[in-house]
Amino acid sequence: MKLRHNKNFTAGAVITAFMLAVILVGMVWTPYDPNAMNGAAKMAGPSLSHPLGTDNFGRDIFSRVVEGAGATALIAGATVAIGLAAGLVIGGLTGYYGGWLDEIVMRLNDAVAAFPSILLALVLIALFGQGKYNIIIALGVLFVPSFARIVRTEVARQKSLDYVRSARLMGAGDMRVLFRHILPNIVPVLLPSVAIGFNNAVLAEASMSYLGVGVQPPDASLGRMLNEAQGYLLSAPWYALSTGAAIILLVLGFGLLSEGMGGGYGAG
Amino acid sequence: MRYVLKKTGVLVVTLLLISLLAFLAFQIVPGDPTTKLLGNDYTPERAAALRHAMGLDRNVLVRYWDWLTGFVTGDMGDSYSYGMSVEKVMEGKGAVTAGLSLMAWLLVIAISIPLGITLARWQGGRLDRVFVAMNQVFMAIPPFFLGMLFTYVFGLVLKLFVPGGFVSWRESFWGFLGYLIFPALAIAIPKAAMVTKLLRSNILNEMDRDYVRTAYSRGNSRWGVIRGHVLRNAILPVVTFVAMTLADIVAGSIIVEQVFALPGLGRLLIASIGNRDYPVVQCIVVIIAFIVVFMNYLADVITQTIDPRIRLG
Repeated sequence: MKLRHNKNFTAGAVITAFMLAVILVGMVWTPYDPNAMNGAAKMAGPSLSHPLGTDNFGRDIFSRVVEGAGATALIAGATVAIGLAAGLVIGGLTGYYGGWLDEIVMRLNDAVAAFPSILLALVLIALFGQGKYNIIIALGVLFVPSFARIVRTEVARQKSLDYVRSARLMGAGDMRVLFRHILPNIVPVLLPSVAIGFNNAVLAEASMSYLGVGVQPPDASLGRMLNEAQGYLLSAPWYALSTGAAIILLVLGFGLLSEGMGGGYGAG
Repeated sequence: MRYVLKKTGVLVVTLLLISLLAFLAFQIVPGDPTTKLLGNDYTPERAAALRHAMGLDRNVLVRYWDWLTGFVTGDMGDSYSYGMSVEKVMEGKGAVTAGLSLMAWLLVIAISIPLGITLARWQGGRLDRVFVAMNQVFMAIPPFFLGMLFTYVFGLVLKLFVPGGFVSWRESFWGFLGYLIFPALAIAIPKAAMVTKLLRSNILNEMDRDYVRTAYSRGNSRWGVIRGHVLRNAILPVVTFVAMTLADIVAGSIIVEQVFALPGLGRLLIASIGNRDYPVVQCIVVIIAFIVVFMNYLADVITQTIDPRIRLG
């Protein structure tokens, strides 16, 4: 695939690389234990020892933002992985074989896609109960239709191209044609959608945790922290600001990457 | 006309399907409502009697039909945790959510359509360059965080409104609208950034077409070409997109209500999920889903009316 090397892609790559580096380092080392409370330093403003200050329990906000960004990114990544894996199988098979199964699956997809995803996620949470793993399952299920649709459209388009015919003439079976020949060719189309999907997942997780139905305390997640930070907007604005900035950077990086790869919004 | 009829048929089937799925989903939840209702008075005999009184021992499809006819006529059953009927619990809350969503939606249109046209008109100008640079940032801001920023800047620092000081539209209509303007903006701005970008790039794409060259050659100015020829072609996908955003806006208001302490359906929904008050959750979900599906239907019909060349699905 040919990347359009433009400003968007470069800026997105820089921001994403920065966030990923911070998250990866945060997995092995943070300046303080993100959950360690310190009664002597409650609500301290930004300083040299606490670059982003401390929260109402005296926990270091920088460490918590790093840890929270990691948790949010991990949940978003797992969500996209579930949606993509199921979407590839469903979209691949329906796009390749077509027929009545294709009709049924796509009508079902339409019904799900017409729903606001947060609402469906809330329904699933109401059914399964709250918590980190239920969020991943609920959001993952919600992401299947959009990926399935993209994969299906591409597979249906590619299956009549010459390279697929020659592969079949050489004796390749259906599964081999589908997963060894067609699949690698739809990756360029999929990548921007994956980036957009990741962003939607980050925003969805942040929203759910903010509402209190996602990640539960004392675990840090960016949405969960914004929920806590809201009570201290006037006395400790840096708490909400730094947490919000982390979400924006995460989403902005992938948004710019997707833009640079030529993907639009609305997909995924 | 046949198209509209067909779409209406699909709409009715979709609505029925959604209500059935929502109903069934809350039937398979583990746990029996009688356990919660009886509390410490629970005995198997009492539970069985209550189940019979509530009609829970009947066939599930019969109960679905009862619930649906009740729902349509405004009798939505009883809440588990508030000790009153669901429609009583929801009273006045729908107006808040509807007012907020509608306001946000109108703001999206009022901001993005003039802005998109202006940017395309002066492509490469100062305003356009600022927009292109900033647009991704606006699209990346979650509405609820924008709401918190507004609360901090306009509410706490500039004191333009009192956070949490919501007034009902029955008390003061203008106070109601005034309090809703910031939450509505918080929902609208990220969406408006998307719509502006879509409109701007649609116009610019159309500018490369042959008919535009013809229009120029007849002596039209750039503005004349955009207004007279390009706009009607470029705006069609935008109309569809704008109609579709209402779904996201309703979803966004569920969350933003929480930020601004607005007593709307969203807050009730979140509280009811926490209370496991399924009759309330079920009704709110179905109501919001109905609104969303109906708006998508309207979007299809409107698009088709504007441009008869389009035959969707």
